[in-house]
Amino acid sequence: MSNVTVNVEGKAISVPAGESAAGAALAAGLTHTRVSPVTGEPRAPYCMMGVCFECLMVIDGVPSRQACMVPVREGMRIERQTAVEVWK
Amino acid sequence: MSVSCDLLVIGAGPAGLAAASTAAKRGVDVTLMDEQVAPGGQIHRAMESRAFKAESVSRADDERGVALVAEFRASGSRYQPGTQAWQMQADGKVYVTDGARARVITARRVIIAAGAIERAVPIPGWTLPGVMTVGAAQIRLKTITYKPPAETWLAGSGPLLWLYAAQVIEAGGRIAGILDTTPGSNRMRALRHIGGALGHVAYLKRGLTLQRCVRAAGVLVVNHVEALEARGEGCVQSVRYCVKGDWREAPAALLLLHQGVIPHTHATRALGAEHHWNVLQRCFVPNLDSWGNTSIESYAAAGDCTGIVGAEASLLQGHIAALEAARALGKLTPAQRDELAAPHFAHLWRHLAARRFLDALFAPRASLLNPADDVVVCRCESVTAKQIRDAVVLGAMGPNQVKAFTRCGMGPCQGRLCGLAAAEILAAARGKSMQETGVFKVRAPLKPLSLSELAALEE
Ligand code: FES
Repeated sequence: MSNVTVNVEGKAISVPAGESAAGAALAAGLTHTRVSPVTGEPRAPYCMMGVCFECLMVIDGVPSRQACMVPVREGMRIERQTAVEVWK
Repeated sequence: MSVSCDLLVIGAGPAGLAAASTAAKRGVDVTLMDEQVAPGGQIHRAMESRAFKAESVSRADDERGVALVAEFRASGSRYQPGTQAWQMQADGKVYVTDGARARVITARRVIIAAGAIERAVPIPGWTLPGVMTVGAAQIRLKTITYKPPAETWLAGSGPLLWLYAAQVIEAGGRIAGILDTTPGSNRMRALRHIGGALGHVAYLKRGLTLQRCVRAAGVLVVNHVEALEARGEGCVQSVRYCVKGDWREAPAALLLLHQGVIPHTHATRALGAEHHWNVLQRCFVPNLDSWGNTSIESYAAAGDCTGIVGAEASLLQGHIAALEAARALGKLTPAQRDELAAPHFAHLWRHLAARRFLDALFAPRASLLNPADDVVVCRCESVTAKQIRDAVVLGAMGPNQVKAFTRCGMGPCQGRLCGLAAAEILAAARGKSMQETGVFKVRAPLKPLSLSELAALEE
């Protein structure tokens, strides 16, 4: 399988082409991928299949993307969702 | 941009792929849409890009998956991957989005094959990073051959625990241990259904082979685990578990939970189709006739979203629903449909009889379904079991009132994950049955949409 280079929290990382953005974030060593807007606790992907919405991240500048459902693309920017982003 | 078709199939797992292929073969104009980027569903995930080993523990599944996907690719069906439905209407209009643009698909018939999700059974600390489902880890194994860290614990009950452990071992990885919460009394209950299981010995054999393979690799297996807790600061660092009232603790880098699977009924519920409580499987399932027709005209359902039947039976249900669609669309007479469906029904009954044995054997431990007050149930809104119980004291009668009182189920996942867990707590607090209690109403949009996605719809 070919590899793709993405940018996770400002750090370039090479991941297999079949990986999801959430998987890339975990592979980059992020323990948490968002902060709960309700409690401020760190949260991380839980189901990896589109059910739990714990994987909401900022992808290419767009907040609240379901990172486990987004396949990686060359040069993709993947960032933690830290602020209390409102559904847009 | 809008599309119209005779038959829209939602979901590209075994049921959806079989339905699309069979209907297309009968001259039906089929569109198949799926959330994932490649066909196969969860079981046959990344089927076309995975490397196979001839002697794999999942070989039979893999071979079936490859054939199913190839047949679908050759069927002439239109395929729309990476697409989610967010509103379904009784008039056959289905609103979808690919994450960038919303569109409408108009179909004369719809088959919903949304598959299964893992049953969420909240434990203390399950919101910590480093706690995931076994299914989540298996998805990573299938897509990128990800091996978990050495201090990985599997906890819960069900065949997937053993399958995943065996797959990790096969991939050269390690598992620290399996904490099995299956109640000992399940065995006696399961034996009542042994007759059906003997009609399909493959299920039994397969389960035993997996368990043997895992034990032979020296994985620690702790039976009769009564309670679980994830602990850590900022991420999981250890797992605590209780056997016969005695608590133990072990370091953990990854804790994978699993309590079986339940039908993914978000779509059929949003549609407004009638559902009922399945006692043996402890979940809500849509009311269907033998062809898979729901209570909503022109909408059918097939596969695990109709009740957990497994991959092979899902495929059969997909064929059956497709033949019925072909009949409804005038491509088959009722007599032709019946004749073509007869062998599928015969196989299906055998699978369903065997399934009852598995359902009873892996029924979740009752005490785990009623977690302590301080356990977070709704992860999105951080609503605890106590808040749900307090809502009952304040007069909440059903799940929708609990939602209004507490915000439980109101976050981005819309109760997909916590719905059943919250209903279990509510039913126990009110001393009512699950049938009486029900689950959250699902309202459109089924997934959060951005304004720019919606704007595309008007063009
Ligand atoms: S990890 Fe559950 S929806 Fe993405």
